[in-house]
Amino acid sequence: MTAIPLWVRRPAGERVGWLRTVDHKEIGVLYIGMGVAFFAVGGLEALLLRAQLATPESRLVDPLTYDQAFTVHGVTMILLAIVPLLVGFANYLVPLMIGAPDVAYPRLNALSFWLSLVGGIILYFSFLAGGAPDTGWFSYAPLAERSFAPGPGVDYYILGLAVNGAGTIIGAINLTVTILLMRCPGMAISRVPLFVWMTLVTTILILGAYPALTAALVMLFVDRQLGGHFFDPAGGGQAVLWQHLFWFFGHPEVYIMVLPAMGMISEIIPVFSGKPIFGYRFVAGSSVAIAFLSFGVWAHHMFAVGLGEMENAIFSATSMLIAVPTGVKIFNWIATMVGGRIRLTTPMLFAIGFIAMFVIGGLSGVSLAVVPIDLAVTDSYYVVAHLHYVLFGGTMLGVFAGGYYWFPKMTGRLLDEGLGKLHFWATFAGFNLTFLPQHWLGAVGMPRRVFTYAASTGWGPLNLVSTIGAAILAVAMVIFAVNLVRSLRSGEVAGDDPWDAFTLEWATSSPPPPENFPVTPAVSGRRPLWDRKHPELRDPS
Amino acid sequence: MLGVAVFIASESVFFLAIVLAYLAYRDAGLVTAKANLDVPRTAIFSVALFSSSATTALAARRASRGWLVATIALGTVFLVGQGSEYARLLASGIGPGRELFGTTFFTLTGLHGLHVLVGLVALFALLAAHIRRPSALRPVAFEAVGLYWHFVDAVWVVVFSVVYLGTLL
Repeated sequence: MTAIPLWVRRPAGERVGWLRTVDHKEIGVLYIGMGVAFFAVGGLEALLLRAQLATPESRLVDPLTYDQAFTVHGVTMILLAIVPLLVGFANYLVPLMIGAPDVAYPRLNALSFWLSLVGGIILYFSFLAGGAPDTGWFSYAPLAERSFAPGPGVDYYILGLAVNGAGTIIGAINLTVTILLMRCPGMAISRVPLFVWMTLVTTILILGAYPALTAALVMLFVDRQLGGHFFDPAGGGQAVLWQHLFWFFGHPEVYIMVLPAMGMISEIIPVFSGKPIFGYRFVAGSSVAIAFLSFGVWAHHMFAVGLGEMENAIFSATSMLIAVPTGVKIFNWIATMVGGRIRLTTPMLFAIGFIAMFVIGGLSGVSLAVVPIDLAVTDSYYVVAHLHYVLFGGTMLGVFAGGYYWFPKMTGRLLDEGLGKLHFWATFAGFNLTFLPQHWLGAVGMPRRVFTYAASTGWGPLNLVSTIGAAILAVAMVIFAVNLVRSLRSGEVAGDDPWDAFTLEWATSSPPPPENFPVTPAVSGRRPLWDRKHPELRDPS
Repeated sequence: MLGVAVFIASESVFFLAIVLAYLAYRDAGLVTAKANLDVPRTAIFSVALFSSSATTALAARRASRGWLVATIALGTVFLVGQGSEYARLLASGIGPGRELFGTTFFTLTGLHGLHVLVGLVALFALLAAHIRRPSALRPVAFEAVGLYWHFVDAVWVVVFSVVYLGTLL
């Protein structure tokens, strides 16, 4: 067994420690570790929900516990698992991809991680301090007001999300400035890897969206703690204001969660197709279009509120419009694969899985943008199915693809391909078994967020199938955990460039030294490492 | 410097949300606002804050300790003024729980006041660093703190117009 340093190749004897580190690579790993840990916790909460719903009229958990579980599951997966995972990959990879020694503000980078983590701990502390929030992840008013949610749960929700959000905003500032100012010589913005492009668009979305959430949280705090009336109809306030502010954050948040994963597969698909990405400018440009449009679609979460025919029609139109730049990307990825020499490695399998599952989630999303359909299935399991096809079938498969692809860069060792393929197929089967039936359940009227249902509804069999799927998913995650632990200890040594890749992160050692590149790289194209390896095949620049 | 600019852009969204909430509830609170807000007195304190933008610009241009102290003094005058306005309103029974006016007024002006306070802390830190080792202080430190201070000032232009001048309409 060869001794390989993990995460950063430091000079012998030099130790910094996780608490003190300001190295972007170690902070990236901390973020990813946080995301993995909360993904496991959120997954256990999901298993509890599925166990309760497996059979009709079950009394496995009481309604209050169920409400807390689905609330914390949602907040955990979105803000404490997916966002940290994506920010973690961005932290580790962006400076390497643009040939920079670190991010623009390394100490601020550590602050943003620790704020994000502390926000999550505050949220979970509520379990010990008198009850977790039980008002759903979007915590609608007036339910979240003190008169209807008298316990401390919502207060921990407010504080936890505000602190976590501050960390995310600071991290976004850091990455924005890094991408704009720290690119190595020759690395024009029209040459940066697409993962960097998508990260830049994502950070701009964070900077535009998260402050609206913070503002809403402050108002809810004033209502609950200072007797205010922002969302209190009895005091003249309007509950719908919370919905506007929350979804002004909430919908861009969806793209915050999916664009970096799209960036990952935009790196992976070209490498394993042996071709440059098809239509670089369209992939980058469509992300910018998505970013603009994503600030104009929020009320499609509110069709059932009764805003008015005209408002609903406008938001319906913008929501359908945003499918166009998304569709552009799908065609770009497929066109990249067409005619390529495809290597079906585990990262590539997950990337292709992303495309297939995301298309299903995207299409059910377009169906929900049709107001009459939305009115029929709003707050039903159809919506639950849709959002999981986007966030699990899309984002998480992308994150797994990225995990298998960049793990060797971070650790110097490859993840096992055999276990990886098993992980993929178990995930793919378990995921579809869990969430595909939920479309039917929603269409026949099963509402979301009910802790049980009568046997006479006939929803039992499909719910049982869904729960079996969840169990298979759990097994898939155990396979992944085994693969992680085994490969960390004794995986195949990767070398600097195990995939015959294109971009700069593969031009340095695995793991990279603290300064990333002993000599600042200079680039003259979009595939700097490929050009260096194959000067005769370089892209025309 | 770009970092502060990006931060300010994001802060603008935050204040925009709060100002929009104020405007959404403005009509419901207008009678209370007209009867209780002291526009002329607040205008005087506002002039102190507005002129501090000039002093902070001078401080940045000359890396001057004197203009820095002047900025801190003007900012403090503004906060004291806001504090006295709060004391008067609270004494007459108007707090954040008193109708929509109280809720929106204290939230909006309070959040702005907190930003002034943070700005004062930054100015103090800058002054302390300048006293200890002027040579170690890069010009960008003055510019960064100055930019944030201008922003706090600009937000007050909006808040003063919406909350105070709005009662004159």
